Amino acid sequence: MMRRYRQQRHRVLQIITKLLIPFILLFALYVQFHGDYGPGGGFQAGVIFAAAFIIHGLIFGVEKTRQVLSPGVVRVMMSIGVFIYALTGVWSMMKGGAYLDYNVFADNPLTGQHWGIFAVELGVGVTVTSVMISLFYSFASSRV
Amino acid sequence: MMIETLVIVVLLTFLIVCTIGIIVLRDLLAAVILLGMYSLIAAGIFIVMDAVDVAFTEAAVGAGISTILLLACLSHTSHVQKPQQHNNIWALIMVSLTGLLLLYGTMDMPGYGDANSPAQQHPELAQRFIHESGSEVGMPNVVTSVLASYRGYDTLGETVVVFAAGVAVLALLGLKRREGLEPEDDEPESGNRRVSRQVADGEQDRGNDGVANS
Repeated sequence: MMRRYRQQRHRVLQIITKLLIPFILLFALYVQFHGDYGPGGGFQAGVIFAAAFIIHGLIFGVEKTRQVLSPGVVRVMMSIGVFIYALTGVWSMMKGGAYLDYNVFADNPLTGQHWGIFAVELGVGVTVTSVMISLFYSFASSRV
Repeated sequence: MMIETLVIVVLLTFLIVCTIGIIVLRDLLAAVILLGMYSLIAAGIFIVMDAVDVAFTEAAVGAGISTILLLACLSHTSHVQKPQQHNNIWALIMVSLTGLLLLYGTMDMPGYGDANSPAQQHPELAQRFIHESGSEVGMPNVVTSVLASYRGYDTLGETVVVFAAGVAVLALLGLKRREGLEPEDDEPESGNRRVSRQVADGEQDRGNDGVANS
């Protein structure tokens, strides 16, 4: 009975959250990929993207969020982000440039720069997102 | 210019009020909320100073995530700060002295927005970023060009720092269950726990976590 009451109590919050989450994710992607033109970039986008999962965790309970995005996946993503960034540098060396020299990625240096920055920002975004979610999981669930 | 100064002064006053509130309040929940407000006001100041990217980060990280994380921490501990027993005069003196030294240090800094400051005049820094980044990197947002291209190494370092922070927290808090340290879950539900488990009462049995975790 008590249990039922508790779930009903947050009905409004739950529905509003469900409505909001897609837009938060979309905004995060916008910030990620529009960082070249406006304010934003991988770091901010990562935080906003993580915020969508964190609000889900706050409203629906961390256990539910863990089912959506398992902590194991998040942990792997943490390292994948750094890996993408570092690999971009190695790739540019294999193309004959210096480490993280994006000019060599395409015939036109500006296009190369564009690709390089895209890859690097993606790496930052992935790492920041997963670290933030991981922090939230750790703090919210460990019963000390 | 006049209006800008006025806005900054008002916002800085808010900042000071917030800070005093944080120090004085014994209720930690209120202090955390004030901390979030502090970050939001700081973000406002950054916007007035035309540092939109910094403001964005401050609002997202300072006002958003860190407030949530602190609230999550509070859910593990009590909401009320213990009253201070001792009264350390030396600490006050040291803190005041350091503050004064820091203030003295700012005397040498160039004025806000000073176009003739060394950083603005350096031919390989601001001058080059502003004049050449369009043809060298091609991004309309110079901040992104500097962060991701000119200063690519630094940003790599920052990403590694974020990664290391995540690993450190996981090492301290996150991997407990794997060692079979099953957390007790039979404590009475108290208000403190609300943040982390608000609606989590529909919780599945905790055995699930172990699986999801490994």
